[in-house]
Amino acid sequence: MTQSVVVQVGQCGNQIGCCFWDLALREHAAVNQKGIYDEAISSFFRNVDTRVIGDGGSISKGKICSLKARVRYISLDSYITLIFDCNRKESLNVMEGIEMLRIRPGIRTNKKMQGILKILVLIFRAVGHRVFGSLYQDQILEKLRKSAEHCDSLQCFFIIHSMGGGTGSGLGTFLLKMLEDEFPEVCRFVTSIYPSGEDDVITSPYNSILAMKELNEHADCVLPIDNQSLFDIISKIDLMVNSGKLGTTVKPKSLVTSSSGALKTRHKKPFDAMNNIVANLLLNLTSSARFEGSLNMDLNEISMNLVPFPQLHYLVSSLTPLYTLTDVNIPPRRLDQMFSDAFSKDHQLLRADPKHSLYLACALMVRGNVQISDVRRNIERLKPSLQFVSWNQEGWKTSLCSIPPVGHSHSLLALANNTCVKPTFMELKERFMRLYKKKAHLHHYLQVEGMEESCFTEAVSSLSALIQEYNQLDATKNMPVQDLPRLSIAM
Amino acid sequence: MSIVTVQLGQCGNQIGFEVFDALLSDSHSSQGLCCKRENEAYQASCKERFFSEEENGVPIARAVLVDMEPKVISQTLSKAAQSGRWKYGQHACFCQKQGSGNNWAYGYSVHGPRHEESIMNLIRKEVEKCDSFSGFFIIMSMAGGTGSGIGAFVTQNLQDQYSNSLKMNQIIWPYGTGEVIVQNYNSILTLSHLYRSSDALLVHENDAVHKICAKLMNIKQISFSDINQVLAHQLGSVFQPTYSAESSFHYRRNPLGDLMEHLVPHPEFKMLSIRNVPHMSENSLAYSTFTWAGLLKHLRQMLISNAKMEEGIDWHVRPSLSGPSSLGKMSLNKDLHFNTSIANLVILRGKDVQSADVEGFKDPALYTSWLEPVNAFNVWKTQRAFSKYEKSAVLVSNSQFLVKPLDMIVGKAWNMFAS
Repeated sequence: MTQSVVVQVGQCGNQIGCCFWDLALREHAAVNQKGIYDEAISSFFRNVDTRVIGDGGSISKGKICSLKARVRYISLDSYITLIFDCNRKESLNVMEGIEMLRIRPGIRTNKKMQGILKILVLIFRAVGHRVFGSLYQDQILEKLRKSAEHCDSLQCFFIIHSMGGGTGSGLGTFLLKMLEDEFPEVCRFVTSIYPSGEDDVITSPYNSILAMKELNEHADCVLPIDNQSLFDIISKIDLMVNSGKLGTTVKPKSLVTSSSGALKTRHKKPFDAMNNIVANLLLNLTSSARFEGSLNMDLNEISMNLVPFPQLHYLVSSLTPLYTLTDVNIPPRRLDQMFSDAFSKDHQLLRADPKHSLYLACALMVRGNVQISDVRRNIERLKPSLQFVSWNQEGWKTSLCSIPPVGHSHSLLALANNTCVKPTFMELKERFMRLYKKKAHLHHYLQVEGMEESCFTEAVSSLSALIQEYNQLDATKNMPVQDLPRLSIAM
Repeated sequence: MSIVTVQLGQCGNQIGFEVFDALLSDSHSSQGLCCKRENEAYQASCKERFFSEEENGVPIARAVLVDMEPKVISQTLSKAAQSGRWKYGQHACFCQKQGSGNNWAYGYSVHGPRHEESIMNLIRKEVEKCDSFSGFFIIMSMAGGTGSGIGAFVTQNLQDQYSNSLKMNQIIWPYGTGEVIVQNYNSILTLSHLYRSSDALLVHENDAVHKICAKLMNIKQISFSDINQVLAHQLGSVFQPTYSAESSFHYRRNPLGDLMEHLVPHPEFKMLSIRNVPHMSENSLAYSTFTWAGLLKHLRQMLISNAKMEEGIDWHVRPSLSGPSSLGKMSLNKDLHFNTSIANLVILRGKDVQSADVEGFKDPALYTSWLEPVNAFNVWKTQRAFSKYEKSAVLVSNSQFLVKPLDMIVGKAWNMFAS
């Protein structure tokens, strides 16, 4: 069984990461009743016996309840308080002893200066990338190597971060480059939270564009998510729950946003519900690799099938269902409804319109008691309303996993490589240009050693090239399929 | 003589399990419609071909399981052990941690050479267990990474190391609308390599088997295990023991050799297909009766019109009356999609099998001009019924059936490549 390491960077990354680990444990606890450390759990957790004095060897099998499972993740942040939050666990002491690196901002011990610098780092990605990156490069590398060594066969890195802030975008993308140099054959999946229109950070366009350049070049696969969509999803769920439509009730554990049954009782924080959605996304993505099923799909198959050209690796994700009603027997109509929902704008984690844009590829990862005939029936049903690129008319990748997520009887994650991400990028570029033309806030970035104006222009041109590629594909959208003459055999 | 099965990839392993299960449950079935001595001879022959004996009497399948990730193999092993009637050898499997990622190149050029020695060792051990060895039966899919890539590599290796043994590859043609996006690339790469190294390619199309499940078996929610069971039924009805000649009453000793001798007269044409009648759900079986004449008539029309199942046969397609010599008739036949065969083999199992009349298959219009029906057509008859069907007929044919699907796949792959 392959293992993955999760690297969470920045406040956003770490908050999502905390939710992810909670939900992952809950899922494995539901599947694995006896508490035996098995193959499925080993993909994200490492079994350690802390009763052994010394370094504590890793034991591959054995009851988890008496041992501590060490979480395979590296948490990087300049906010120390956040990490403490994650650590405060009573029940299972899972998060103890994680590979953690706290970055203390600078050598200054003056509390006031520390406070100011913290804020600065959060906002200015340049500091995150250049300063902290190079300062702590060795330490970070050390932690990464240690984590990788504990794995029998490391398959991929999951990086969770935001694009708008400083640490997440700056340090996160610096890490990306480092991972590519250090572990070239391990794939890098990046979950990026893109800033929405009304963002709390003013310089987020700068940060995002600079980070995009790195994502373009060094990531294998990017799952862009924006806060506005997550917020819309939450409001929709709240509406359903509160209105009590049709007199039926929603199963409490089934909410995609709920962390009930999680091992740790945390105080509800405002972003919790939204973070849970992203955590569910990651869980569903890796479900076929961790659990058994009739048509498995490993993580390396995702990039193999969904990324036709190396630059175009941005996948729009959508998750259904968001909640389950308490009906026991799910009629096939519900199943079909699930597939239709996956292609509606309401369930997407990124604001985009894939139905009116060109699909390059699409993957359907189904969990639960769904069979191949259901999937095929729905593909046949939905195909006419979707436009696929001319050289990949039947570009569907399916995977069936038998284990459903907690609280649901089945679920669907749809990943689409679609040109509808183009408007998002174009909007980002526009907000960037508005600030850049006036050179607003630029001097803070240029103050940082190693940062020059050329970095900005390079970043913008990289994004423009990407948009251009999408444009070219869009241009082929309504053209009739050209049959190129085939090679003829020399008799 | 024994056959060693090599199961490759998720598809290969899932199907392989169903095949062994079907073979064994048929050989132990009580509805053989023949005398006890006959039944025992049948069982012994089946066991010798596919299973080896262990001390406590549980038969062990003569199989090697190969996959690049551990989940499927462990599932297969446990399912076999759970059935209690048979199991796989403990050390007969080879698996790695990381899959092949649907990448033919990974399977063929990376995983294949890297693990060549271990895999060939496992196969060698299995072959050494056989008293007399007939050949290999390799089960794989074409769309994925492991089955296709490693399958092509292993077949090539077997060609080099066991050049005197026969190899039959059971390949699964993927669904038309993707299970995997790069399936067209993987398929044509696999076929091009297999065509050089394999002796016969037995092709099953997922679309066709899916339709059988839907229309004939009336299954509402078709799962892969349903599909695999239909496949196993078809394969079982081909590979179970049959009589060696019209009059003698001994079971054939060399299944693979006999199959190839009759069906692959020319090494350039090695694509075989299986069609069987009848095929229905158990509930319907209780209410149906069959006659040989009816079954064989349907089978013949299925062959001519290139239908894969009993329902929806196009009865308008007919062979030309004066033989395939005049050009005018040829074009007419092409319009109606007449399926010319190179060679056909009909296997009949069940009650009153000696009275079955197969003259319809000896029509020269069905065959090519360079092979006479007397050489192109063969029939094997066995008294013992197969798997609860009182009468069953299966047709293994070497014909034009795959031309159109092949053309489609090549077209799609070329389209993607030239983009």
